[in-house]
Amino acid sequence: MFAQPFIQHAYLAGTAIGVAAGLVGYFLVLRAQVFTADALSHVAFTGALAALAAGLDARLGLFVVTVAVAVGMGALGRRGRPDDVVIGGVFAWLLGLGVFFLTIYTSTRSGGNGSAGVSVLFGSVFGLSGGRAAVTAIIAVAVSLIVVAIARPLLFASLDETVAAARGVPVRLLGLGFLALVGVTAAEATQVVGALLILGLLAAPAGAAARLTTRPLRALGLSAAIAVASVWLGIWASYALSPAPPSFTILAVATLAYAGAATYDRLRRRAGAPVRPDGAGGSPVRAVAEKPAGVG
Amino acid sequence: MNVGFSWNLVDDIRQMWSLQSMVSAFRAGTIVAVLGGLVGWFMVVRKQSFAGHTLAVVGFPGAAAAVWLGFGAGFGYLGFCLVAALVIAALPTQGQAGYGEESAVVGTTQAFALGAGALFVALYKGFLNGTNALLFGTFLGITSDQVLLLAAVAAVVLIVLAVVGRPLLFASIDRDVARANGVPVRLLGVVFLVLLGATAAAVSQITGSLLVFALLVLPPATAQLITARPARGLVLSVVLALVSVWVALFIAYYSPYPVGFWLTTVAFGLYLLTAGLSLAARRMGRRPVPVRV
Repeated sequence: MFAQPFIQHAYLAGTAIGVAAGLVGYFLVLRAQVFTADALSHVAFTGALAALAAGLDARLGLFVVTVAVAVGMGALGRRGRPDDVVIGGVFAWLLGLGVFFLTIYTSTRSGGNGSAGVSVLFGSVFGLSGGRAAVTAIIAVAVSLIVVAIARPLLFASLDETVAAARGVPVRLLGLGFLALVGVTAAEATQVVGALLILGLLAAPAGAAARLTTRPLRALGLSAAIAVASVWLGIWASYALSPAPPSFTILAVATLAYAGAATYDRLRRRAGAPVRPDGAGGSPVRAVAEKPAGVG
Repeated sequence: MNVGFSWNLVDDIRQMWSLQSMVSAFRAGTIVAVLGGLVGWFMVVRKQSFAGHTLAVVGFPGAAAAVWLGFGAGFGYLGFCLVAALVIAALPTQGQAGYGEESAVVGTTQAFALGAGALFVALYKGFLNGTNALLFGTFLGITSDQVLLLAAVAAVVLIVLAVVGRPLLFASIDRDVARANGVPVRLLGVVFLVLLGATAAAVSQITGSLLVFALLVLPPATAQLITARPARGLVLSVVLALVSVWVALFIAYYSPYPVGFWLTTVAFGLYLLTAGLSLAARRMGRRPVPVRV
């Protein structure tokens, strides 16, 4: 199986993207911005098809549009955080625009065909060439390094925005920068699992990691590990079970990992594992989720 | 296009409605707009946009599975959307969906459902054009049977909404006070998600799975910019949804681009226009800022 070049390319790009998605995804869950990522993944579809309709490389449109929209949505919202209705309204329209570009592309471009839209939506990891896989991997590694570099202040800003701001952490700048990273990751992951399914690679490993450990840095690493494992197992399963598309198998593994982690967490709680009485042992994600509305 | 557009709008409409399929499309569009405007308004007030979007896209694997197994797509949309609504409702602390760990669950559910959709598409070969129709909608293939199904779904949803409307509004605006007053907040939350699921399934038939969300979120958001009063807001939301759907169907009939694109564009245009006007009005200080509920 590994003698096939397309499998090698898939593993190269998939591994790097898995790491990036796992790291970025953990912060997304921590900052309760999963819906933003959902919106960006749909925007990625529009970006790719706009570029295709204009006769350019799809990746150009992917990166430019997702990053621009990510920063734009962040700038509209308070403290670099867009609100629900703004996100929903903007991305619903952008998606409509994507359909428009799809129609233009399929009806005017001679090389265009009906499968372009489907492949952008559902990904085509087996279709990556060697050069594209290398570029994809390099960008993903760069994203991962940046996330690791800003992990500490970002963690602080995510857990307690007000205190972080008072301590002189540039909360707004971090928020915007983080959204730009999410945009890049969404553009990257579109090539592997497709625009519609990025959310799974971002949310499921991070959710699972948050269930398994309470320590943020450990959870960050675990999230990346689960994402990479999902990609590896998913690609293998897709190769072994022929008609199943890789996007489906990758997500199925990630979803199983999440379900497993949730079950394990519940059993551990029921078994009466030591939970500190002040609640300090709780996951930071849960601490954020339980904070009453209006605080922070 | 086989028919030309003239600026005589009355003639244009007469010509358009001489086609049975266009009459069906307008009937279905009207039903869907009323549903989307009403249920969407509650969705925006309850801040459940993420859940709404998830329910909307979950219809796609449902429809893909139904086509693969040989049922009508309509039943697939409805079945999957209702099941997904119950799954999301079963999660803890719903009503706060979209925050922290719960949003990870919603996101995972959504992505897995779409992945399953990709699998069904792969299993059902030669389905490529159908995929685009399921995702982005088509108004040409709507039959009078489908209109009947839509009308039945709409009637049930509207009756339930009329019964639970008042307590639901109370529970949506102030959950804690409502609970203290003996309103069954959690039950209402579940009922509302099921209504949302049924609505998403109905809207999917016109706009396709990916664009349902536009009709659910944009007209209510626009209405909320204009008024904070529930009754007025609901009426306005329905009116805006109706205008969006009718105008979109009309333009789509005369243009080569899909109806979903026009629908989102008209709805978003109305939203932008209203946002601009209300910003200008606020700057001028002529009227008080509407309080967002």
